[in-house]
Amino acid sequence: MDLMPILSTLRRHKTAALLIVFEIALTCTIVCNALHLISRRITTLNTDIGIPESELLVVDLRGANKVENADAATQRDLAALRALPGIKAALVINQVPYHDNNNYSGVSLSNDEKAPRIDTSQYEATEGMIKALDLKLVEGRDFEPQEMLNDSQFTGGGEGPAIPAIIITRTLAERLFPGQSAVGKQVYVYGDKPQTVVGVLERLSPPSPSRHAGDGNLAMILPLRPAWNTGNYLLRVEPGQRDAMLKKIVATLEPLDSNRVVTTQRHLSDMRNDYYRQDRMMAWLLGGVCLALLVITALGIIGLASFWVQQRTRMIGTRRALGATRHQILRYFQAENFLLSSAGIVLGIGGALGLSAVLMRNAEIAALPWSYLPAGALMLYLLGQLAVLAPARRAAALPPVAALRGQ
Amino acid sequence: MMLGYYLDLALRAFRRSRALSALMVLGLGLGIGACMTTLSVYHVLSGDPIPGKSERLFNVQLDAGGLVGFQVGQDPTHQLTRFDAEALLRDKRAPRQVMMSGGRVSVRPETGKAFFTTGRYTSADFFTMFEAPFAHGSGWNAEADAAAARVIVISHELNERLFGGGNNVGKTLTIRGMEMQIQGVLKPWRPTPHFYDLTLGHYAKPEDVYIPFATAIPARFQVSGDQNCWGEAPGGDSRGPNAPCAWVQYWVELASAADAPAFRDYLKQYSEAQRKAGRFQRPANARLRPVMDWLAHKNVLPGDIKLQVWLAFGFLLVCLTNAVGLLLAKCLRRSGEIGVRRALGASRSAIFAQFLVEAGVLGVAGGLLGLVLAWLGLWLVRLGPNDYASLATMDWEMLGLTLSLAFGASLVAGLLPAWKAASVTPALQLKTQ
Repeated sequence: MDLMPILSTLRRHKTAALLIVFEIALTCTIVCNALHLISRRITTLNTDIGIPESELLVVDLRGANKVENADAATQRDLAALRALPGIKAALVINQVPYHDNNNYSGVSLSNDEKAPRIDTSQYEATEGMIKALDLKLVEGRDFEPQEMLNDSQFTGGGEGPAIPAIIITRTLAERLFPGQSAVGKQVYVYGDKPQTVVGVLERLSPPSPSRHAGDGNLAMILPLRPAWNTGNYLLRVEPGQRDAMLKKIVATLEPLDSNRVVTTQRHLSDMRNDYYRQDRMMAWLLGGVCLALLVITALGIIGLASFWVQQRTRMIGTRRALGATRHQILRYFQAENFLLSSAGIVLGIGGALGLSAVLMRNAEIAALPWSYLPAGALMLYLLGQLAVLAPARRAAALPPVAALRGQ
Repeated sequence: MMLGYYLDLALRAFRRSRALSALMVLGLGLGIGACMTTLSVYHVLSGDPIPGKSERLFNVQLDAGGLVGFQVGQDPTHQLTRFDAEALLRDKRAPRQVMMSGGRVSVRPETGKAFFTTGRYTSADFFTMFEAPFAHGSGWNAEADAAAARVIVISHELNERLFGGGNNVGKTLTIRGMEMQIQGVLKPWRPTPHFYDLTLGHYAKPEDVYIPFATAIPARFQVSGDQNCWGEAPGGDSRGPNAPCAWVQYWVELASAADAPAFRDYLKQYSEAQRKAGRFQRPANARLRPVMDWLAHKNVLPGDIKLQVWLAFGFLLVCLTNAVGLLLAKCLRRSGEIGVRRALGASRSAIFAQFLVEAGVLGVAGGLLGLVLAWLGLWLVRLGPNDYASLATMDWEMLGLTLSLAFGASLVAGLLPAWKAASVTPALQLKTQ
């Protein structure tokens, strides 16, 4: 198809044509980047941290008065819970995924105060955490019973008993002992007595996975048993019976001590939903804006194209009278839109890269992957062609005699 | 003035091309609605929580941390150790000062079940310093702090929940097993952001129960928020008086912002003295930040909010471009009419004014629609999960801004089409007719 007549017609409508090009470019700029942001959010909220979330329940108790003998009370609670039919595992844990409580400690290869330390998420739980959470040991073993200590006995080094053992994630092992096996090596977490690495986990996520996207699996488990008042009860049940089990668990715990109040009783999967709420909302919002932008742009194209069809009635009629087919008229308007879209998309790709650079600098968002550019371009071409279809068909439907009737 | 006539022409023009006009109004409305929603949220969240006083209120930071991982020039711990906070409070070098922390406390009313709510363990100056408004009674004084008195102040919400409102000063509540007497009841109060303690959520609600720090902490009330330790706590108690742990917020109120350098010097001297005494290991590195600097330093405004504002303005720009294009088409479609008017003696500026009026009318319509949409948008934000959700409301300032933005934007959008219309050559138009 000869593009020259189209170009010369457009030259007579320079301002309107430029406006459409600018609109397409802006839409392309924003939509490419917004789609990128959406896909990043979706990746975040689909992150699997590798534990059986659908089977886990979290129950938290708080004492209305001062707490006495917490360790004994914890053992009594756990025994009562484990006796319930349908409980696959019951433990007390110091921090729970998707919960706002985070415990960190520095891990070092020497007890020198100035030695470099790696900030690591610190898990403490009663026996059975590895099994209950389906964590995979790639090397070494779980804690032995004699290695476990009550957290309350441990005061942070010198005075209390030393912590003999530690289990770390593969990510941490590789940072501490690159290229070597970590099992049997010694690290320093507290004070001047070292801990021996007895096991290496394939992975274990800190409680806030999305905030540690960079080094997601820097975590360790210490053989310290929290008590009911310094941790949360984490229970594993069959997924189908979660609601019924949660009621039974609360009904079991509350009568054991009237001084205590259940403050949290939730499914871990609900906590996950809440944890990612903001990300989900932002993804919907960005999606909504993209859709609105595309609709507005399409309406703009329809509006201008309709105006042009109306203005060019005489020209269309003349061409039809000179033997042009309806199909050729339709193609004319489609080609015109293709030209305008192309110009807009070229500008828009430049704009998208520019905006991505600004976002990288100011909002610390990763660079726009190049694959979004052809995707965005294709989308806008399609949008333009669809939008122009109705006015173009109206033009094509004009009878040759329209030329005589004029405008 | 021909304004009336132009308005009449504008309305006639709208009636002639209803769909196109509706489209322009809808586009403008959507763009303005989006901008106003995000701007309103931004406005609320980035505001001054205590206007008129914020430049005289200072957060205090001291560098009490150990040498592990120390880098010269890095920011000191953002809270104080209990030891330092108590020492500064004793020194009383500022007209007002407060040390505090937050935590969850159990409240047992005289009848009924105990429940947990938020508590603030603080010293006497808190209420005057942060302008907490009293409905009944008052705060406690420094003597009550010294005596670790069992007195409390409760929030408006807790007063409603427990007593259904009213003056309940003098009644007692059992807080974590201790009987405490209500000394004051606050009016509804919501400083935004929750600037005096950012560790409990940047836009958290103020606490329900206020208890003297000196009463609550020795009784081992539970403490929430950040705690940063760099050594072994004596007896394993990280909240103990000598624990090497920073967990106490410390604020001072000075008579004027000009007193800040002198107070900073005092903090430096204090740090040096502590270093000589062997408590501080790092070089003196005290910071004194007024409220707004503190909020900026702690990056309180969520990044998503800024992104949303930018996105909304991008959207508005597209909507405006769209409106300009459509308006242009609409004007040029009426070239014949313009030609006739010009031939009959209308000046270029008259035509220009006429089309500008038309754009302005569109703008007002778009602005009104935008206003409705912004109300809807803010309602949606309020349904959201954020801790600032309930704060998303529109105020008069935003209302005025909405309408002027809509009007201004549509006039700008109308300039080009109006100019194009004004430059239509009358003769050519008449000929082609």
